[in-house]
Amino acid sequence: MRTIIEAFLTYGFLMRALIAGVLVALCSSLLGVSLVLKRYSMIGDGLSHVAFGALTLSLALNISPLHISLPVVMIAAVLLLRISESSKIKGDAAVAIITSSSLAIGVISASITKGINIDVFNFMFGSILAMSKSDVYLSVALSLIVLTLYIVFHNKIFAVTFDENFAKASGINTNLQNTLIALLTAATIVVGMRIMGALLISSLIVFPALTSMRVCKSFRGVIITSAVVSVVCFIAGLFVSYGFSTPAGASVVASNLVIFLLFSLAGLIIKKV
Amino acid sequence: MRLLECSDLNMSYETVPALKDLSFFVDAGDYLCIIGENGSGKTTLLKGLLGLKEPDSGLIEYIGITKREVGYMPQQTTIQKDFPASVMEVVLSGCLNREGFRVFYGKKDRELAVKNLETLSISDLAGKSYMELSGGQQQRVLLARALCATQRLLILDEPTISLDPVATSAFYGVVKSLNRDRNITIIMVSHDVSAAVQNASKILHLETTPLFFGSVEDYVNTDVGKRMLGAG
Repeated sequence: MRTIIEAFLTYGFLMRALIAGVLVALCSSLLGVSLVLKRYSMIGDGLSHVAFGALTLSLALNISPLHISLPVVMIAAVLLLRISESSKIKGDAAVAIITSSSLAIGVISASITKGINIDVFNFMFGSILAMSKSDVYLSVALSLIVLTLYIVFHNKIFAVTFDENFAKASGINTNLQNTLIALLTAATIVVGMRIMGALLISSLIVFPALTSMRVCKSFRGVIITSAVVSVVCFIAGLFVSYGFSTPAGASVVASNLVIFLLFSLAGLIIKKV
Repeated sequence: MRLLECSDLNMSYETVPALKDLSFFVDAGDYLCIIGENGSGKTTLLKGLLGLKEPDSGLIEYIGITKREVGYMPQQTTIQKDFPASVMEVVLSGCLNREGFRVFYGKKDRELAVKNLETLSISDLAGKSYMELSGGQQQRVLLARALCATQRLLILDEPTISLDPVATSAFYGVVKSLNRDRNITIIMVSHDVSAAVQNASKILHLETTPLFFGSVEDYVNTDVGKRMLGAG
């Protein structure tokens, strides 16, 4: 254990992974509470696949990944939100189409570009080596925005999540708020995808919220517990990833799963007592 | 004193008209029940009144009160059934329509929430979790939230639709006493014609076009009223 901590302090790439990852875990857990409660979890999943497609495409075209994937995923976020809200199109089916299409585009562009097969594996399941300095800066900026907005608007976020019509009638701009949450989710996914992997980043959004809901019965309790659970699980996962050379994303998801099961058990016991 | 006046209101979804040529008014202290079958435009009218949907033509005019000072009690959504929220959090969110931005609820908001919980005799539920309450208790919590948003006008959308008969009559009793003792004007959308006739002072019967608007006493003597009450 001591050597692991020493290693994190010594190697720059580990420190970068830790800082950026913790901040992404924090943001995604906060955004995840709203998304899960509004039944929008699929948006997170859809976005991560869009991000994967955009990332491999940008590599194939030899353009800086962030410049392509950030705007593309943000546009997709707004699109997915509109689809989910509209009762005309079957929302979940539309998300499924977008998800698989993005994955297909990503895999095709990876296969016609020589020599990025290793990258593709890392994109899908996450790599501890992936965080650059600019990723760290981006994640710091992002988390500052998410945290500030969450603290300043937490009452309104509650109102819109719990009862959108009532919130609208109270004069809250629910459209603006939903769009903002979708855009921030998009940014979180783009930043977090490199370390967590495209197939696994959405778990960072869904798991902490679900875990805390096993035990907490108030909105504030769920938010605070989600944040704590998410950060703790990320750090644990990263340590495991370094210690056992397992993929970073998979290790974080595994530790989230363990905590989820523990919380479910605790929830059952609380109910019985 | 006039509180709300609608004139020549037309509303539609895409090209399908939902509400045609509707004119009516609400005075302070009224208890208006809006009745009609499914798809008769009741919910559309409420959306118009609350500013959730723009009318195609016609006027909705509030007098001496703004749209945001209305206490709205919507129907429960499926999301709320397993939503982690304390009763206090739900009731306090009724205070969000107040002017002026604030990050945290103030002392006044909390006092108002506590007072409204008392009014509806559910003070003991304040610390409980919303999703663990009975249907009747949940409706009272939503009513308390609406009361936090208004001093004068409550708009209720089929509040008793998911309640058992005992809870239903108890709920009607609470609304009636708010109307009588605190002089709060009530606009309620309802399926329940016999309860509407018993409790309300005015009836608006919709079938896309208005079939009747006036006092309960007049309504029971019209053909449509007799038919609805099964006396004709």
